[in-house]
Amino acid sequence: MRIALTVNGARREVDDVWEGESLLYALRERMGLAGAKNACEQGECGSCTVYLDGLPVCSCLVAAGQAQDREVTTVEGLGGSSEDSGDEAELDPVQQAFVRCGAVQCGFCTPGLVVTTHDLIRRNPEPSDPEIREALAGNLCRCTGYEKILDAVRSAAAEVRS
Amino acid sequence: MDFLTPTTWADALAAKAEQPDAVPVSGGTDVMVEINFDRRRPPALLDLTRVPDLREWTHDDDGRVRLGAGVTYARIITELGRTLPGLAMAARTVGSPQIRHRGTVGGNLGAASPAGDSHPALLAADAVVEVASVRGTRQVPVAEFYTGVKRNALAPDELIAAVLLAPATGPQQFCKIGTRNAMVISVSAFGLALHPGRRAVGTGIGSAAPTPRPADEAAAFLAGELDAAGLWESRGPLPEGLAAEFGHRVRAAAAPIDDVRGTAAYRLHTLSVMARRAATWAWDEHRGADARRAA
Ligand SMILES: Cc1cc2nc3c(=O)[nH]c(=O)nc-3n(C[C@H](O)[C@H](O)[C@H](O)COP(=O)(O)OP(=O)(O)OC[C@H]3O[C@@H](n4cnc5c(N)ncnc54)[C@H](O)[C@@H]3O)c2cc1C
Ligand code: FES
Ligand code: FES
Repeated sequence: MRIALTVNGARREVDDVWEGESLLYALRERMGLAGAKNACEQGECGSCTVYLDGLPVCSCLVAAGQAQDREVTTVEGLGGSSEDSGDEAELDPVQQAFVRCGAVQCGFCTPGLVVTTHDLIRRNPEPSDPEIREALAGNLCRCTGYEKILDAVRSAAAEVRS
Repeated sequence: MDFLTPTTWADALAAKAEQPDAVPVSGGTDVMVEINFDRRRPPALLDLTRVPDLREWTHDDDGRVRLGAGVTYARIITELGRTLPGLAMAARTVGSPQIRHRGTVGGNLGAASPAGDSHPALLAADAVVEVASVRGTRQVPVAEFYTGVKRNALAPDELIAAVLLAPATGPQQFCKIGTRNAMVISVSAFGLALHPGRRAVGTGIGSAAPTPRPADEAAAFLAGELDAAGLWESRGPLPEGLAAEFGHRVRAAAAPIDDVRGTAAYRLHTLSVMARRAATWAWDEHRGADARRAA
């Protein structure tokens, strides 16, 4: 089937979508947006987190057809430039904080954590540690031990407040 | 596979009647896992997220909340925390923020897992499930909705329209045992509601029987003891040992099994502890409300 939706501000039409296919698969394999990662395909790890109509969701659990006419923002859509220019200045403050704080090791969890953190700080620019932990409860990282990630969230929040 | 996208409730019911083996998908947090893992290849998916009626909650003529089957856990928490405190407490324990943004009570009822977290809260609040088909609408008391392990009372052409719940008139509690504080399927769970207006107690047991089930004998016992001692009116302290005895009776209502998440013995133990604590907390809150009114 064909689906049409808005991704990172641009209207996209994709053909040959299988009816049982996830939004994650459609983004990665049909739209060339490999930011959202596929790790568990069962909602446990959060590495596929994207905004769907402004809410962070696991794109592996959204049927691609359910995204018809909806608005999706992926990690590629955060920051000043939707194209990957490689220019750090154009990264979103959350992305910059993850780089600055060394919150990235293998990087597989990072896009999901960046989207989830972006959502948290947007709603609550001064999150307490328990609030950060609660907000990130759906994002697993197998490398960092989370400390640097928590640093990055605090740092990004401070940056956004200033 | 077909992908059916009704935009009205009438069209959704017509689609389900025409293709009874179409699998409804709301938040997809159960259905998509099964599809991603090749456990299910339905001939059609029936997307319900475009049916506005399902995504709304209103008050019906009897003053009950009519919670559309497609209202997400996240919205129950933010919009109905005071009106339906037990269900909102249960909703806060579901999965993660991402799961709560998509998952729905309709989907929990559709899946009818004995471990579904909304069930103990729905049972304690005497919820009624409104189901519909092109043949008409019927109301099923939630305790009768669960018919077996992951089975429910829906006919092949029926869909869940809404859940009907009276706004809380007293304290409600929800307790859940899991291996961590987020993203866990419950090992056991317990829901409690005090209904001071009719001097009744509501209960719901999760993950400790083939279906979610109430502990009716325990509930009647607690309500009766409170009544006999005039405590519903006086709001005096709970008599020594009453909450513990209630816990034992809740435990007696369960029929758990050993599985990967826990043993039957542990489930029984935790149920009696959760029921004792829930009763104590709820009664303290009931008494506190009185103290606040007096002040
Ligand atoms: C990572 C993860 C964590 C989870 N954690 C929890 C948890 O802590 N507690 C918990 O209880 N559950 C949990 N779940 C399970 C799931 O999120 C819940 O059961 C949720 O309520 C399902 O709602 P949904 O809208 O996503 O359902 P869907 O997946 O869309 O549907 C579930 C079932 O209900 C049927 N259905 C949906 N809507 C209707 C309708 N209107 N009429 C008839 N049938 C319908 C579907 O056909 C399907 O059989 C978790 C799932 C995941 C992936
Ligand atoms: S890939 Fe979606 S949550 Fe893990
Ligand atoms: S950096 Fe490797 S999973 Fe998080």
